[in-house]
Formats: sequence, C-alpha cells, structure tokens
Amino acid sequence: MNREELKNLADEHSRHLEGFTHHILVCAGLGCPDNEAIIAGLRRVVAEQHLDKQVLVRKAGCMGLCALGPIVLIQPGEITYHNVHPGDAEEIVAALGKEPVPRLLLSEDLPFFTRQYKNVLALSGRIDPESIEDYIAAGGYGSLLGVLTTMRPADVIRTVQESGLRGRGGAGYPTGLKWATVAKALGEKKFIICNGDEGDPGAFMDRSILESTPHAVLEGMIIAAYAVGANRGYIYVRAEYPLAVKRLQRAIHEAERKNLLGHAICGTSFDLTLQLRLGAGAFVCGEETALIASVEGRRGSPRPRPPYPAGKGLWGCPTLINNVETYANIAPIIRCGAEWFASIGTEQSKGTKVFALTGKIHNAGLVEVPMGMPLREIIFEIGGGIPDGHTFKGVQTGGPSGGCIPEEFLDAPVSYESLSALGSIMGSGGMIVIDETSSMIDVVKYFMEFCMEESCGKCAPCRTGTVQIHRLLTRFQERQATADDLAMLEELCDLLKSASLCGLGQSAPNPVLSSLRYFRQEYLDRMIPADTPGEANS
Amino acid sequence: MPALPSPPPPTDDTRWQLVDRVMQRLDYQPSALIETLHAAQDAFGFLDKTTLGYIAARLHLPPAKVFGVVTFYNHFTLQPKGEHTLAVCTGTACHLKGKDRVLSWMKERYHLVPGETTADNKLSLVEVRCVGACALAPVMLTDNTPIGKKTFEEATTIIKEWLGDES
Amino acid sequence: MSDTILTLTIDGQPVSGLATETILQIARENKIDIPTLCYLEGLSAVGSCRLCMVEIEGSPKLHPACVTLIQEGMVVTTQTERLQGYRRNIVQLLFAERNHVCSVCVSNGHCELQELAHKLGVDHIAFPGCYPELEVDASHRRFVLDHNRCVLCTRCVRVCAEIEGAHTWDVKNRGMRSRIVADLDTPWGDSATCTGCGKCVHVCPTGALSEKGKSVAEMLKKRPSLPYLVANRTEERQ
Repeated sequence: MNREELKNLADEHSRHLEGFTHHILVCAGLGCPDNEAIIAGLRRVVAEQHLDKQVLVRKAGCMGLCALGPIVLIQPGEITYHNVHPGDAEEIVAALGKEPVPRLLLSEDLPFFTRQYKNVLALSGRIDPESIEDYIAAGGYGSLLGVLTTMRPADVIRTVQESGLRGRGGAGYPTGLKWATVAKALGEKKFIICNGDEGDPGAFMDRSILESTPHAVLEGMIIAAYAVGANRGYIYVRAEYPLAVKRLQRAIHEAERKNLLGHAICGTSFDLTLQLRLGAGAFVCGEETALIASVEGRRGSPRPRPPYPAGKGLWGCPTLINNVETYANIAPIIRCGAEWFASIGTEQSKGTKVFALTGKIHNAGLVEVPMGMPLREIIFEIGGGIPDGHTFKGVQTGGPSGGCIPEEFLDAPVSYESLSALGSIMGSGGMIVIDETSSMIDVVKYFMEFCMEESCGKCAPCRTGTVQIHRLLTRFQERQATADDLAMLEELCDLLKSASLCGLGQSAPNPVLSSLRYFRQEYLDRMIPADTPGEANS
Repeated sequence: MPALPSPPPPTDDTRWQLVDRVMQRLDYQPSALIETLHAAQDAFGFLDKTTLGYIAARLHLPPAKVFGVVTFYNHFTLQPKGEHTLAVCTGTACHLKGKDRVLSWMKERYHLVPGETTADNKLSLVEVRCVGACALAPVMLTDNTPIGKKTFEEATTIIKEWLGDES
Repeated sequence: MSDTILTLTIDGQPVSGLATETILQIARENKIDIPTLCYLEGLSAVGSCRLCMVEIEGSPKLHPACVTLIQEGMVVTTQTERLQGYRRNIVQLLFAERNHVCSVCVSNGHCELQELAHKLGVDHIAFPGCYPELEVDASHRRFVLDHNRCVLCTRCVRVCAEIEGAHTWDVKNRGMRSRIVADLDTPWGDSATCTGCGKCVHVCPTGALSEKGKSVAEMLKKRPSLPYLVANRTEERQ
C-alpha cells in the first residue's frame, strides 16, 4: 500500500459511509452491557422497515460515559442516548431525522462533553474498532505513510522529543529520550513492546483504548519501531481483557493483510512483525523488567536496573517499552506536529491525559482533558460531583502506587509535577473518588493488601514489609494501635520506599504516607489513648 | 547438540492438538511456556501435573521452572473448576461500592469462600483482579459475562438458578 | 573498554578496579565489609536481599553493591546510620517471616542470618512473628529441606541451575507465599532431576537445607569453591 492507495481506500470507504443518511453508533465496550442485543434490535427494526440503504447500525468504541451506559450515538446531529435498552430500538429508529427521544436524550451541553479535549479518544466511539477501513477513512495510518515516505528515523525521534510527550504508564519518562536511547543502542536485533498490562485496580484507560481504537495503538507502535530500528514486537495485554485481546488480534491481522505490518511495509524496506502476548494475572508485570521476563515465558520477577531495557531488554537486546496510551499519542503528534502537542498542557506536562473516573462520582467513565486542568473541574464539572448527597473526601490518583488528595488541594492542576508535589503520582490515569462514608484506613489497607498479594516475593523488604505494614494497618482499623505502631509504620514505609528492588515495593507505601500526611487524625483517632494501656488486651 | 527426544501427548485426547499447535507455532522455544499454559488451560479447564510434565518435556524446560511459572500467575489454576463460575471483581471501585455484600451472602448461604467450589461441583466462587468495568461497580462475572449496577439481586438470582435453590 | 582501570572512593578509602567490577567486589578486595545474604561469589547476582545497599554521592537513591558497577570518581558510603537501620530492619523482617528458632536449629552458630543479626546488633525482633505452618521435606535419602528456616535467598536455585545444571529447584507461588520447590512440587526424594550432589545444602546460608542426622548446631557448611568450579568449567568448554 502506498499513500495514493491509502487515500483511495479512505475515499472509497468514506463514500460508502456517506451513502447512509443516518448512522447509529452503539457503544460495544465492556462497560456497556447488552450492547449486542441493542445492535441486533436496531438492525432488526431497520431491516423490517426496509431502511437498510439509509440507516447504518454500527458497533463503536467507548463513548466515555459508562455510568449512563449503554450509550447510543446518532449521526448527523450528535444525538446521544443513554441507558438504552434493546426494547428502545423502534423508538430510536422512528425518531431518526425528527425530534430525538426525550426520555433517552443526553444534553449536548453537558460539561462532561464540552470540557473534554479529545485527542487519544478522538475516534473512540466514532468508528467501528473492528474495521480497519473505518480507521483509514478517519485519517488513520496517514501518519505512518507520511513517516515512511518523508521522514528519517532521526526526524521522527526529534518530533517526538519536541512534542514533550512523557510516558503515560505512570512514571512520566520523556518518550523521545527513551526512543533516542534505544535508537542509539548497539545491537543488530531490537524489540518493541507495548505495555498493556493495566493492573492498577480502578483504571481502565488502556482497556478502553485497545477496545475502541486498536489500530491507533498499532500505528503508534509501527512508527516507533521504524524510529528505533526494531523489527519485532510484542503487545502484552492482560488476560482479564478478552475483548481487547480479540480486537487487537483482528487489528493485527487486518493490518498485515493491508501490508501495514509484516514484510516490506508499504513497499519500503522496513519489516515489522507484531505478536500478542497474554498476561496471566500479575500486577508486577506492569514493571518493565518483569514484563520482559513474562514475555520470555518466565516468572514475572523484576531485576535490578541498570541495565535498562533500552540497552538490554528482551533476550538481552535493546528494547523499547511504552504504554498503550503513549503509543496512541504518536500518530496525532506526527499528523498535527510537535508544536501543536506542546501547545497543550503545562510547562513540564504536555498534551492531554485520559483518566478513568470511578468511585463515588456521578459520571463514572473515561475522560480526556488537557494537562493542567484543575482536579476540581475534572471531578465536579466533568464528573458531575458526588452522588446521593454525600461529600467529597479525597481522590486517589495512581492507585496502589499513588496517594489520596484532599479537598484543600483540589485546585491543583493535573500534571506529573504537581501531583508528585502533593505526594501522589499521575500514575496511569486511575482517579478514584472517595466520599465521607469511607475510612481512609480502610482504603489504604485495601491498597496494602493488594501490594502484599501482588508482591513477587523476590526482594526481602517488599515481600516481608508489606505483610507487616498490612498487619499494622489492621491494628489501626481495629482501634488497637499504639504510638509505637505509628512509629513502626512510618519506619517500614521508609524502608520499602528506599530499599525495595522495583517500583511496586518502592511505591507501595505511597497510599499510607499520603494518608498520614492529609488524614493523620484518622490514625490518631484509632489509637489506644496513652493513659489507658490496659485496653490493648481487651 | 543432539536433538532431545520429544514425548508424545499423554493421552489420545484430541485437545492435546490445541496445546501442540501453540508450541509448534512458537517453535518450541522456552518463551512459549506462558502461551502454551494458556492454551492448555483453555483446553482442559485447569493444569494438572501430567499436563505440566508434558509441556516441560516438550519445551525442554526443567519441571521446577514450569511449576514456578504456573504458580506465579493468578490466572493459572491447578484445580478443576465447577460447572459455573461466579467471579467477584476486587478492584478499588468495587471495593468502595460494596463487593463484600455478595461475598458475605455466599458465605452465609452456601458456606462458600473465594477459591472454593460447592460439593456438588456446580459452582466455583473466585475473586478476580480489576476487570476494568469500574463504572458498573461492584462488578461480578457470571461465567465470564459481566453484570453490573444492580448486581446483587441479579447475581443472587443467577446463582440460585444454577444451584437449583428455590427458596 | 572492559580493561579500563577506574578509581573511586569507598568509605573514604581510595580504591581502584575494572569497569566490569561491582562495588561489592572492590569493597571486599579492600577488606571493606558490606553485609550480604543472597550474594555468593560464583553465582549470578540477583540483588534481592537488599542488605548490601550503599549510598553513592550525588544519587538520591540507594544502590545494591552486588550489582552496581563501579564508575570513575564514584564516592561510595557503606556504613551510615541510615543504611545500618535499614539492614537491621530487613534482618528482623526475615526473622519474623518464618520460624527461626536458633536454639534448636542445626545451623546454630554457623548461620549467616544469625551472624548478620550479631554483626548489626539486632538483639530482639521488633516485629511480631508471622509463624506460618511450614513443611519439612525429609524425603531425600541424605538431605532435609526445612521451609521454616528458609530466607528465599535462592542460592540453592541458582547453584543447581547454574553450576550443577540440574535445575531441580525453583520458587513456587509469589510474595509471602513463595516457597522453594523441587520439580513439579515433587518430594525431594522423588525428584527425577536431583543428582544428589549436595551443593544446594552447602550454599544455603541458614538451616533450611541440611544433611540428615545432624543435631542442633552440628551442620557445618562447606561452601563449594564456586569461582574455582566456574573457572574450570569455562576452561573445559574452550
């Protein structure tokens, strides 16, 4: 396939789509149950009324507002229906071109829609994730063709460096720098890996991106592989995400058939084969050296770094590992330019970020905002605030590796630097809202239990320390803690942070430390008063 | 190096072909282990020692290494599961929104705790890590189908149906 | 590159070494003691016990001496109060993890964990013991594996895989449930791969692996000269 063929294919498919007067897009993500029945119902009604030539019913990716799902989008008109049931099909079809069904209609002016900035999610919910033609008609693979025909690898790397993109997996390492390091590393064989092992409980950005626009991730990977000189790659996806796996498999197959992957891609001398690898249930495999071990078929235990994977990764070869969302940012950066990307966001955090809003919040779902937006705007305007008359207590970012930010800091902008100054981390994008009904100790203990269960067991501080911290938190929960317990808790947190081998152990104390910083009173309230030591044994 | 002998499948069960196919596709490399274990578990429902021994021999891996890998990952199971499975998501949103309710109900009514199967082998109760459908929290999966939002009533109805519990 | 001689400072002492050498190697050459547990000369270094963590000037993080290569002009400190505090806590955590009752242990008096505790001044365990109920595998004709004394240093796993080439041992499960395992969770005595060489027993730092028939404090370990074995083997192969 060359640029002209790609353009022809895009034009042809656009013409086909434009031949319909109405498009009914049904969210077919994991978050919208019953979507198959809704699609079948709509198709049946359309067929019964002989509207096949005018109305196209399609499955689409996630539209973000999962709390009100299943969501159906009608084009033209940008009419969004919520809480749709298969039985609503007739009404929806009957309303096409007329007044929308008021019962199901969501206002276009909801801050949930108007305040977002969709870049990575721009095509999510707008195209059929299982159709490569849909992606191409929307401009997909145009960046790749442009790169292959007009840019040298060094140009691509410079563009990514100038964009200021930082890794979306959590740590925020500059993506361009990582690419440049892998490109310079000596080695005949180089590998590229996509980290889709989204293990942070309460985060589903990567699942949604893979389910909604798998080709966008592939396009980013192919460009990256070209830039660093890798000819083989792996996409590591959690086994818990069967739909994402299925759609990726299909996307790889379709891309291969269109010569966008495989041997001599688009008639150039560039080869790349991509394979899927299924995770098997281990949070630690999100750590890059553990992920590499897992791809190699071994226990997912991290190893000390250096050497970094950029120099010595998969089978000892230079390896580029980026997260799903990072790759999904690449094609837009190439298409719209580094300056465009760098113009969004803050000084040190450029671009947009996808967040999974969950917990005690009205509009639970997936949102994308420019970096630098205040947390308050995300939670109270886009997210619609706290339901059932409850009050906001804190928002946990970064999951088990992050921290909980209280009300007083809600005006802080979301960026790598400000979240870390607040004792939390950006993380991969999970945002869990907690209301006054939850005890911080309970939340923190939940995360510590998670880390204890997910610790690989290799290094002594993490394996043994998480057990002891969990035990201490239980004492607080049961109101049996003493001042010594509090001191020991802080000492152990410091040990794990400083001495653990990998990021899991080093960041496991973060929820505890952040709650000690902002919700210390909850700990103090649960201690045995110093003057009544006898209660310890009661 | 002389080629090591490759054993035939332990039985003439045709499901071994599914396992063999994966190993062949990945050229019998040691790195094929996890993919092969996935295939074997998909084929047989669980991984017993015969299966592990066969895979170890076929991929020329030390048995201890295979056992280490199998037990490292949550997804793999050495025990057969019941006819039906209720999986309770343990993600953060599900934790905050009361996943414990259905677990206590299961314990009270059927004396079943996560990881166990009913005596009649009808139902296994398992906990799973975040499935990423957090907006539906608390999330449960009945035979891999997620149900959400009104979960508790839905789940208990399905379970009662499975177990023929008419009360 | 590899024959470049670098100079650095460890605990104020100017020292030198090759670019391929680690901080631990150079420290030991110069009689500077850095505590270790999982490290054993001749085996691959895994950096898992975290006792050999040292401070390097200009770096906010701590670095495991056993896997950190030296660099020109490096200024290393190995004995600060902070480091000793971490080491004491790690040793205590290991004691609390399993059932380490020195007074009835075959390795009493010859145990590396016990020596570390002595050296670091650990005279009591601040953390409550976990007291897991663990098995003792006495199925082997000559040896015993007592999980109660195991610190998961994986020296046995490495010596068996890397030196003996049998790979009888590995680690099963993960986190606090990690256990040393033979073959497919096979009783040691029934293992099809074990050659009975006993190297694992002699590299084990504690009383987890011992010879049968030894009573309290009787298990003296003869560390096989692994560097010698490795050197000879490499020669043979050439």
